[in-house]
Amino acid sequence: MIAEPRALAADKTALFEYVLRLADTSLVLAQRLGAWVGHAPAIEEDLGLANTALDLLGQARLLLAYAGEIEGAGRNEDVLAFLREEGEFRNIALAEQPNGDFADTIVRQFLIDAYQVELYDRLQGSVDTQLAAIAAKAVKETRYHLRYSRGWVVRLGDGTSESHARMQGAIDRLWKYTAELVTADELDSRLHAAGVAPDHEAVVTAWRTRAREAFSEATLDMPAGASYAWFGKQGRHTESLGQLLAEMQYLYRGHPGAAW
Amino acid sequence: MSERKDWELYEIFVRARGGLDHKHVGSVHAAGAEMALEHARDLYTRRLEGVSIWVVRSADIVASDPTDSDPFFEPARDKIYRHPTFYNIPDEVETL
Repeated sequence: MIAEPRALAADKTALFEYVLRLADTSLVLAQRLGAWVGHAPAIEEDLGLANTALDLLGQARLLLAYAGEIEGAGRNEDVLAFLREEGEFRNIALAEQPNGDFADTIVRQFLIDAYQVELYDRLQGSVDTQLAAIAAKAVKETRYHLRYSRGWVVRLGDGTSESHARMQGAIDRLWKYTAELVTADELDSRLHAAGVAPDHEAVVTAWRTRAREAFSEATLDMPAGASYAWFGKQGRHTESLGQLLAEMQYLYRGHPGAAW
Repeated sequence: MSERKDWELYEIFVRARGGLDHKHVGSVHAAGAEMALEHARDLYTRRLEGVSIWVVRSADIVASDPTDSDPFFEPARDKIYRHPTFYNIPDEVETL
């Protein structure tokens, strides 16, 4: 049920797209983290990563359900999660990058956590009350995710020469995917103008400060700029997403409507 | 860059809610106290079990030696007068 007045009621498509960006980033990252279960370096980390994955999945469910409401075409959270094709996903491409080694996972996690903390913190003030409520719940969880991933960034960056090298390698590999994170596109700007989305520039500035401080503490170098033309949030993904979706969607597609 | 040692064992104490004592719930491995706190949070408070966590390096706990049981605990056995059971409680006192 969509309560009025709500900004962009007339521009449902834009709002739908924007909510999908948030939802899919959490959903895809949750799926990635879930693959660590049983494989993390220690049972304590196994549970830590699983907890984060479940938080993200919870956020994704709320957001996807809301996206379905906005769209008004009868697609519920399951249909949106499991029956969309790769090109219909709107997650940032960073989220879909493979787990790699623990350093890759931690760097990916930290960059997204720091971004989500700043984003959700501001999204609490959205004129869209539903989004504001979801953000208020999500920001608490995300602050913990950031504490966790930032702790590992510092621990491994300022750890042994091997862990340092692996962390720097992960940063250098993943950095290009932050281009879409720091670049507001037309949709971001439009939703900000409508009071739904926060000021993208403010989010990015705060995100950059968090990254710089953490990397500095971790004795890691922060790459200068990032230019990369493929924006996951616009539906242009790397090959990794297709592989992830094949696994994530296989059960639902094989057994439509299956329930526990 | 400092080389770090292997993970140590930490004992975890969780306070279920305000006003109660911290109770020992188990242990975790961690590379430091902060990390031990996070591990404890992730392992022992997933179902709203607590509002406060203490972590203590297991190595920092000084425990009594089981072989010292006799000198430590045996002498208390025959001193039943230390229990407050030799008083007549007035009937009017209900919740003592």
